[in-house]
Amino acid sequence: MELICPAGTPAAFREAVDAGADAVYCGFRDETNARNFPGLNFSRDELRDAIVYARKKGCMTFVALNTFMRAGNEEIWYSAAADAVRLGADALILADFGLMAHVREHYPEQRLHVSVQASASNPEAINFLVEAFDAKRVVLPRTLTIGDIARIGRKVKCEIEVFVFGGLCVMAEGRCSLSSYATGKSPNMNGVCSPASHVRYRQDGSDMVSELGTYTINRFSQGEAAGYPTLCKGRFDIGDARGYAFEDPVSLDVMGEIEALKDAGVSALKIEGRQRGKAYVAEVVSTLRQVLATAPSGRGPLLARLRALSEGQKTTVGAYEKRWR
Amino acid sequence: MQITSILALPLKAVPLMPLVPIELVAGRLFKLLLLAHGDMFERLGTYKSCRFSFAPTDLPLVFLIEPGGPHLTVLRKGDTFTADAGVEAPLVTLLALLEGRCDADALFFSRDLKVIGDMEAMLAMRNALDDCDIDLPRDLARIGGPAAPVVHRLAVEIRSRSLREIR
Repeated sequence: MELICPAGTPAAFREAVDAGADAVYCGFRDETNARNFPGLNFSRDELRDAIVYARKKGCMTFVALNTFMRAGNEEIWYSAAADAVRLGADALILADFGLMAHVREHYPEQRLHVSVQASASNPEAINFLVEAFDAKRVVLPRTLTIGDIARIGRKVKCEIEVFVFGGLCVMAEGRCSLSSYATGKSPNMNGVCSPASHVRYRQDGSDMVSELGTYTINRFSQGEAAGYPTLCKGRFDIGDARGYAFEDPVSLDVMGEIEALKDAGVSALKIEGRQRGKAYVAEVVSTLRQVLATAPSGRGPLLARLRALSEGQKTTVGAYEKRWR
Repeated sequence: MQITSILALPLKAVPLMPLVPIELVAGRLFKLLLLAHGDMFERLGTYKSCRFSFAPTDLPLVFLIEPGGPHLTVLRKGDTFTADAGVEAPLVTLLALLEGRCDADALFFSRDLKVIGDMEAMLAMRNALDDCDIDLPRDLARIGGPAAPVVHRLAVEIRSRSLREIR
């Protein structure tokens, strides 16, 4: 199985390649990708250099153009696709059907992957994209069990890629409106979930309070491990109880289920984290590369050291092994 | 987390020192980094005009950076100043972040780092520094003259001990 690794900057890209990535995915410095954060991502020149660097080391480069085009401004996405193709991207990761159609029509040889943002999570939807746009791979959402993935794997005519480590989005990606509801900006249209422009941290006595727009997301007592200020991982008063309505501040780690994922027909394992620093990328990629080469009994200690880097300093298998509260 | 043991002794003198020599040394290092990494603040974009405060939790000082100048000011904690965004962490953690040897999000999760103010500006600064490939021993050695190899070796040793203590 391929190890697909994130990079938000050229420095992180080189770390991912050197640490043993089979492919690195990245995006341009604009709203065409779902990690449109300040100071992050690649200029055209940086992407060109990154692709050259990766090629020399036998590593592929995937370019994420996985936001949805705005009517009247399609040219932003079309020119990003044209540049990614021209610069030699090994695959484009797309979510918008219109952009998929455009790429298929204008660049028939370009390999196309279906982004998790496309919300293709059943065989009918996936096979439609394979037949309509010759999609070669689908990235499945983090809402499916391994059993679900196996059932999909038996029926689809393309490769399957799943998230195995990193940030845990628990929603139907591409359709989640929580960030939009709170801030007016979303990963789907603007490339930002819980945008930094709307985030504030303040001290209240010894507590740290995180706020998103006008919402208080969480209150962490002194020394309590913290998480990102997203609504889906917020701690709220619900009736008489205070707790996490959707999910705790926690990261995904399904590396203990590699064999089951392989049996389910998965051909690529994806690490989330284009917004993370190069130190994180280097540590996670090199560790997971080691995990893949280690017998199941020896993987625990390797994975344990990644927990300290994770949101809330905790990891979970999430929906891959669904247990309702 | 406190100042790493190898730095503890020399830095004990800092609270007793006047600001002028501290600012001179810090300013020299800042200029050196700018010289070695000309595009250091390129990723900041519009946030280049912001003021950023870096406050080591184990020193009574605040380092105020204005990338637009570029300009560095050293203040004592308690002095009045304004900044658009700021970060607080132990000195060795701030230096490790400067070199991109630690992940800022992980330090935030573990509560070893605090961020305040405009998060877009702070995020832009974090990403700008992370992409810079700053190597303090290598960059410091450039002002070492004939003693450069010694300065480099010493700085590498201090760094590796410091990193061992914060990991």
